[in-house]
Amino acid sequence: MTHVHAHDHAGGHDHPHPAPDAADADETRWIEVEHLHYAYPDGFEALKGIDLSVARGEKVALVGPNGAGKSTFMLHLNGTNAPSHGSVRVGGVTVERRSLGRIRSEVGLVFQDPDDQLFSPTVRDDVAFGPLHMGLPEDEIHRRVERALASVGMAGFERRLPHRLSLGQRKRVSMATVLSMDPSVLVFDEPSAGLDPRGRRELIGLLRELPQTMLVATHDMRLVAEVLPRTVVMDDGRVVADGPTAEILADTTLLEAHGLEGA
Amino acid sequence: MDLDRAVARDSPLHRADPRLKFVAVVATILSISLLPVGAFAALVVMWLALVLASMLARLGPLKLSRGGFIAAPFLLAAVPLIFVRPGDPLGSIGPLTISGEGLRMFATIALKSWLSVQAALLLTFTTPFHDLVDALRDLRLPRILVAIIGFMYRYLAVLGDEASRMLRARAARSAARDGSAAGGSLAWRARVTGNMVGSLFLRSYERSERIYAAMQARGFDGTFRHLAARPIGPRAWGAFAAVALALIGFEAAAHLWLPRA
Repeated sequence: MTHVHAHDHAGGHDHPHPAPDAADADETRWIEVEHLHYAYPDGFEALKGIDLSVARGEKVALVGPNGAGKSTFMLHLNGTNAPSHGSVRVGGVTVERRSLGRIRSEVGLVFQDPDDQLFSPTVRDDVAFGPLHMGLPEDEIHRRVERALASVGMAGFERRLPHRLSLGQRKRVSMATVLSMDPSVLVFDEPSAGLDPRGRRELIGLLRELPQTMLVATHDMRLVAEVLPRTVVMDDGRVVADGPTAEILADTTLLEAHGLEGA
Repeated sequence: MDLDRAVARDSPLHRADPRLKFVAVVATILSISLLPVGAFAALVVMWLALVLASMLARLGPLKLSRGGFIAAPFLLAAVPLIFVRPGDPLGSIGPLTISGEGLRMFATIALKSWLSVQAALLLTFTTPFHDLVDALRDLRLPRILVAIIGFMYRYLAVLGDEASRMLRARAARSAARDGSAAGGSLAWRARVTGNMVGSLFLRSYERSERIYAAMQARGFDGTFRHLAARPIGPRAWGAFAAVALALIGFEAAAHLWLPRA
């Protein structure tokens, strides 16, 4: 449980996410990806050299056609996939086998399908899963579960069953399951997919409120325009454009070349 | 598809601690199965107790009695006893002779299984399934087993939804021309069904990998951890002791005093 201790030693209650190694962790490069290559076991090269750095608190959209490598890339951020070449650092910590525990409490990954994300019989069990496996004390876990559910507007749903919630509710509980781990980085895969307009509005409000560094893979360009000031366009395993969202969305030639559409 | 058979009511039996309830129900089933052959008076007493429990749980007096019949098909296995058990011949059906002893035995088994199922139903009707899963864990059932039950409970509904979507998709394309029946030969339809089962399996398999990734992403390292269980209060222990004493008294009476047929 090294990551828990690291958190404790770092202290600094005025700062919710103290840098694990203050000398190493550059807030302007909180996420730092260098020359990231990844090939699947069958040899298919999904990522062909990604370079990206994201400052702390920045909210970044990751757009691109299906098969561009967005999901594969996101799975590197918390060490689910290990790079073939290159490196990923979050908060000054290199993502590697040894640091997985720490990285996973630092990076909250929310999968696209809430039925994958929510695997426990009750909402409380699921939101408590991360904190429990971080080895936190019981009363702290209860506090975090309560706070995480309240922050996504799902307070009072502790005893409810995931499969009896609406899709929008399940998506919000999915977010709570990582918020309870108090990560500094949130990574979302298609958060608005399948939501009805009201569910989508609520989600957009929520994404705006959350203070964490945020990486959102999506096809929902209106969501990008409303919530995420910076946009990274991926295609065929590479970053093909990276800049302010307004500029990228205005560049119809670029968008069309990569199978996207403006907001 | 939903494993949860709990009937949402507010009753003392619904509020009772799931762990004690589970143990009490297992003890009840044990005491039923230990009754001697032909102890019909004792079986009637147990049935009345279950009717009372059904009313206490506000399920209506006969909900358990009706539900107890779901296990009836399994009784077929006991039917041969009627004919093969040595005893006074009561009559015959064709070449088979009905034995009085065999009939007595069959009736005892039938009633015992009917009552045992009712006891189990009392538990499932008054306890949400996830509380039952927690109770099993707190009772020190192997964690991996409890985890499997928990996942099954969570994902049976998802799997059921997927299956019904596939069936709907098939139905939507099972068109027929005028004057001919829909679908091809039996073999062809069997193959289509087989493909559906296979693809359901593949989807489930892929989902299991995504679930595992989601678990790992939240720090899962192979050990299931859980929040501590609530302590059991003195009143719950008292009620449990009363049920245990009643069962012991019942069993003793059935073996020593109650008449048998």
